[in-house]
Amino acid sequence: MTIAVVDYGVGNLFSIYNALEHIMAGPELITEPEDLRGFDGIVVPGVGSFGRCMRRLARFEPALRSALEEGTQILGICVGMQVLFEGSEESPEEGLGWIDGKVVRLPASVLVPQIGWNTLSIKRDVEILEGISDDDFFYFVHSYHCVPADPSVIAATTEYGQEVAAAISEENLFAVQFHPEKSGEKGLSILENFVRLSRC
Amino acid sequence: MLAKRIIPCLDCDLAVPQGRVVKGVEFKKIRYAGVPWELASRYYREGADEIVFLDITASSDRRETMYNVIRKTAENVFVPLAVGGGIKSLEDVRGVFVAGADKVTVNTTALKRPEVISEIAGEYGSQACVVAIDAKRRAGPSEGKITVPTPEGESWFEASFYGGREFSGVDALAWAMEAEALGAGEILLTSMDRDGTYDGFDIPLTQAVSRRVRIPVIASGGCSSPDDILEVFSRTGASAALAASIFHYNEWGVDAVKRYLVEKGVHVRI
Repeated sequence: MTIAVVDYGVGNLFSIYNALEHIMAGPELITEPEDLRGFDGIVVPGVGSFGRCMRRLARFEPALRSALEEGTQILGICVGMQVLFEGSEESPEEGLGWIDGKVVRLPASVLVPQIGWNTLSIKRDVEILEGISDDDFFYFVHSYHCVPADPSVIAATTEYGQEVAAAISEENLFAVQFHPEKSGEKGLSILENFVRLSRC
Repeated sequence: MLAKRIIPCLDCDLAVPQGRVVKGVEFKKIRYAGVPWELASRYYREGADEIVFLDITASSDRRETMYNVIRKTAENVFVPLAVGGGIKSLEDVRGVFVAGADKVTVNTTALKRPEVISEIAGEYGSQACVVAIDAKRRAGPSEGKITVPTPEGESWFEASFYGGREFSGVDALAWAMEAEALGAGEILLTSMDRDGTYDGFDIPLTQAVSRRVRIPVIASGGCSSPDDILEVFSRTGASAALAASIFHYNEWGVDAVKRYLVEKGVHVRI
């Protein structure tokens, strides 16, 4: 049993694949929805625009939904977090809508995109953030951020011109705005937590 | 709060089988520094926020050597890797990304064909496209060029290409703004006058560019000490500082630089 990385034709999946391999998660890049069955956990990456990601991810939607309903652990990263929401100011395409709320642009008071290392403010004690503290830094690259209708899904926030959702945890669905695969040893810890939860 | 980034830069000569890190002075006079992935791995362990590889040979027949350098580095280094030098097409971009890079830096190709910025940003996102500008001071005001006051008198800045061997005639400040408009995610701004000289960053240049763009500016060229980094963060809007020599020759570890900056009140990742 292994971890699937949904390879839906956006951006660069080498880094997440490599990080999962490094922690011995046995990653597999999955390019066809029918091959998404039977994994312990599924990682949904995402870079570039929301609309482009959604257009390419659309054919995976039924397979991902089945996996979610069957209790498979799912981790969205960056735009892979944003697509879980209903929609984004960035593009007219609808999101997956698994989490109520929308994705909006970062405030004009700060440089956009946010590029670099920022700390978290942990809101809830969740397993995916085990071993992580408010002093740890994670690597963010984004121009838009998620605004859940129900703030209680937020596990951690970061400060960038305003409070920004950095991590979400709801049953078997996790999502992070930052890139754990590019966030040094602490980022790898989060991936290890995800893999451990997936194998429970 | 977003931290200021410290970025070691590895100029790679790929004419030898494993590649080697070298460092020039004002883009000339080369000095050998080590094996690329060994240095990168050391900087990662010391707390580098990102690693930049620049292929200074930039010859297409050595591309496989660069891929190998990136692959070996990416196995153990889990911070962003940016790769530049000789990127001419989306095919080249794909090559370095497949090898494990997260960003590319483009200079010559972008000056000759600015649309390449939009092409890279469109395919991989703005964050993946860093526009590198090698800027050379030119004395006095010049017709159609943005004039910047400096302690040495009024100057404008000319963008150079082909690794500093040729000059484009393009105003580096105007070019930075155009690059942003075309979709660049960051500007890697190198002072050719300061590169490798240990004279400190070019503050007027870095100020002038960071005031004109709303994307992060990485200051580069001339860093000799943590004090130079402190100065560039205190006096300009730079989001990151890039340095090579002070790290390569064991004068300072990345960790020691960061501890120094924290003592001085700079917010960096420790």
